Amino acid sequence: MNWEIVMGLEVHAELSAKSKLFCSCTTAFGGEPNTHVCPVCSGMPGTLPRLNRAVVEYAVLTGLALNCEIAQSCKFDRKHYFYPDLPKAFQVSQLYSPICCNGHMEIESDGVKKTINIRQIHMEEDAGKLIHDARTGSTLMDFNRSCVPLLEIVSQPDFRTAGEVISYLEKLRETLLYLGVCDCKMQEGSIRADVNLSVRKPGGHLGVRTEMKNLNSFKAVARAIEYESERQINILESGGQITQETRRWDDDKGISSGMRSKENAQDYRYFPEPDLLPVCIDDAWLRQIKASFPELAHQKRERYVKEHGVSAAQASLLTSHKNISDLFDAISDKSNCPLESASLITGEIMRLMNSTDTLPEDLSADADKLSVLVMLLSEGKINRNAYKKTVGAVFVHGVDPESYIAEKGLLMVSDDSAVTHAVESAIAENPGAVDDWYAGKEKALGFLMGQVMKKMRGTGNPEVVKKILKKMLDK
Amino acid sequence: MFDMSGLKLSRAIKAGELSSEEATASYIKRIEKTDGLLNAFVRLCAEKAIVRSREVQKQIDDGNIPSDLAGVPIALKDNISTADIETSCASKMLKGYKPVFNATVVDKLERAGMIVIGKLNMDEFAMGGSSETGVFGEVHNPWDVSRVAGGSSGGSAAAVAAREIPVSLGTDTGGSIRQPCSFCGVTGIKPTYGAVSRYGAVAFASSLDQIGPLGRDIDDCAALLSIISGPDEKDSTCVIEKPFNFSNTGNNRLNGIAIGIPRNYFASGIDPEVKDAVLMAAGEIEAAGGHVEEFEMPLADYVIPAYYIIGSAEASSNLLRFDGLKYGYRAKNAKTLNDVYRISRSEGFGIEVKRRIMMGSFVLSSGYYDAYYKKALQARSLIKNAYSKLFEKFDMILSPTAPSTAYKIGENIDDPMKMYMGDMYTASVNMAGLPSIALPCGFDRLGMPIGFQLIGNAFSEEKLIGVGRIYQSRTDYHAKIPGGVLL
Repeated sequence: MNWEIVMGLEVHAELSAKSKLFCSCTTAFGGEPNTHVCPVCSGMPGTLPRLNRAVVEYAVLTGLALNCEIAQSCKFDRKHYFYPDLPKAFQVSQLYSPICCNGHMEIESDGVKKTINIRQIHMEEDAGKLIHDARTGSTLMDFNRSCVPLLEIVSQPDFRTAGEVISYLEKLRETLLYLGVCDCKMQEGSIRADVNLSVRKPGGHLGVRTEMKNLNSFKAVARAIEYESERQINILESGGQITQETRRWDDDKGISSGMRSKENAQDYRYFPEPDLLPVCIDDAWLRQIKASFPELAHQKRERYVKEHGVSAAQASLLTSHKNISDLFDAISDKSNCPLESASLITGEIMRLMNSTDTLPEDLSADADKLSVLVMLLSEGKINRNAYKKTVGAVFVHGVDPESYIAEKGLLMVSDDSAVTHAVESAIAENPGAVDDWYAGKEKALGFLMGQVMKKMRGTGNPEVVKKILKKMLDK
Repeated sequence: MFDMSGLKLSRAIKAGELSSEEATASYIKRIEKTDGLLNAFVRLCAEKAIVRSREVQKQIDDGNIPSDLAGVPIALKDNISTADIETSCASKMLKGYKPVFNATVVDKLERAGMIVIGKLNMDEFAMGGSSETGVFGEVHNPWDVSRVAGGSSGGSAAAVAAREIPVSLGTDTGGSIRQPCSFCGVTGIKPTYGAVSRYGAVAFASSLDQIGPLGRDIDDCAALLSIISGPDEKDSTCVIEKPFNFSNTGNNRLNGIAIGIPRNYFASGIDPEVKDAVLMAAGEIEAAGGHVEEFEMPLADYVIPAYYIIGSAEASSNLLRFDGLKYGYRAKNAKTLNDVYRISRSEGFGIEVKRRIMMGSFVLSSGYYDAYYKKALQARSLIKNAYSKLFEKFDMILSPTAPSTAYKIGENIDDPMKMYMGDMYTASVNMAGLPSIALPCGFDRLGMPIGFQLIGNAFSEEKLIGVGRIYQSRTDYHAKIPGGVLL
């Protein structure tokens, strides 16, 4: 029998605003427990929230990127529940009038294009963190994350396959990164997705759905979807009924288990937050936000090909992460050598990232230093050999390229007498190869060139070396 | 010295007739002597106050006069946060809780050179109209200690009436400044919502609460209001653009000022002696040149139900944070997390607070939200619109503040409905976010004070205070001092 899987996604993205949603505490990750807190974000009696306008701008940018209607007046609501990580015992969120709604995003899965509709995007505050201390058996509260701004992006139930879900998440991540609104580090929890899933006979009524939480990687999302859809189909095929509930995914065991069912569902008693005025985004502010709308990945890809003549394959590598395209933009702007900058990143830099296990989100190469190298190469001051060596030293140790080159004697030598000297000794020391050359073996020339380079510690100008070597052999 | 108003006392200090420290020490001594009868104070901070009075004195001696009330002692309702000084809201739940920060108004008082000498008794979490529900026991009315002082700012009013302090701060959510002013024969102002920062006032109902001044006359109240008013970046609902300045309201004629009298407020449910005194006050204002006209106050029957739904809903939310985990009371016998919540809250809150939390949680719960909370919001906007329309015709509205004078302690405590009806003349003002000043206007035959209020359009405090000044220049009810126990 055929079953259709129907899914909707709730994605929480932690915004990279510098300060919290309702106070001026830093949002920096890490930090000793309870060092990024103040009376407001620890919910002390009598304190009041004060809206961080940057968060509104981030939300609007996201809404614009996802083709949403932007509400020029929106409100916050309180969502109540008791939990020790929630110091006010309510979360300030948006239910009745969110900042963005009715958007959509185009995705492509298995070569098929599809539109996913976005129901709404709203702003809300994060909760703190509980730390269970095994030594004393106690639970400690850390409010550093309390009140950190989040966006919740809620889709319509438009997904039918795990592939569509993953493709949506990847595109959403790319978009948020390029907007600069979220660093999308899944391991730090800065982007997380909950999946609402039900199954039905094609064309039938929607089935009872479950909501899956604790999906900490895209892979976990795919596995959890597979597990949950099979679980529901098995229940239905054996004549059972699905319970509407929230389920927690255990990625180690590869199973999900029920957390709470609808009968035990909490009544959050939402009501409008009276301590905040409605957020009014007037035309001038909206224009200002629109003017700050950054170039997104697909726009960059097109521009790299059109303006820089970079290949389509290279362009897509360059835009595989915002940190990479930022690095490319910086190096190519400073060096004015876009093609060389593109091959630097898609070649040496990516190789180095691989060999040093550097994730794109942690990439922090020095664009100034690398652009100096690109210029030295294109001006013929160093050869490719020295270039690669120095790129490695800059990437791994952060050396200053010019002093490194001077110190290691890596400047390219094109001086005829120095090259002639090295060529003479290479010819004298390798009679066999010289004979091969005269016997017509082209390969021997390469070997001899290598020997000359070796004598010059790799600094010879290959053009000059080749010219003089040929000249001397032909004598 | 105890018969000096705050402004007069400050002038005397500035003139070198006495020092701020002498004034502060004398008031502390007086409180220690008299407050056993009244229970208006829950806490004195004598040492801090003396230290502070010396600093302020030095400032004044150096020629830096920070305000019209510099050097003058003041006391605060115990729901206004004071750094390192216990702020309990008269609740077992917050006994021993010392905030790590000052309320914005407290910072402003300090900048103005006023000396905070203690915290004042109140109804628990400001919920009540008689100052009987707090954990520190009831406040006694200085005019008759067997009677209530009104509430919830009962301590703030009783202390001023008994000359234990020149001026005080209270909070008004549905009448909590004005009604005790009326019961104790003192003057007070409930400012426009958004004129005074609420930051640091422990919230009861966020959309209704305002901090305001209480004093012996309207001049003291006006001076204190100009100190505490003004924008605050910590409170985004505090929308006023700059602090009030009432120095130019000296005109003592009321030419053409149109004053509306809500006829139906006097029709039933009001004590005849209160009715007569308030109508006399209207006559006095008319005699001073005001144009007085009766009208029918619309929607009067909806005020109390809508107010109690909205106020309780917000209170149920604001009071959730008292969960026994972070500060305040935690049940000792709690074994599980759920027990910590359940038992701490059951034992930490008093009955009236629990009643409001239950009511508020009920009206917000799914299935009831539309029928109660949403309807109440609709009623609220109708009330707001009704006031707007009235202010097209009138400059201000004159009404009673309470249907009766102060009743006996314990008389209404088991009858919440009767207690709630005591807010019938005051609560609509909070629902519409309007300013109102409460002024004494007489005494009943038992000698208990009677008061009335003048309600104005948003941010029309200056106009209200101007009329209040004229009224007090023609009457002396505000200057009467309770006999017997005092002076």
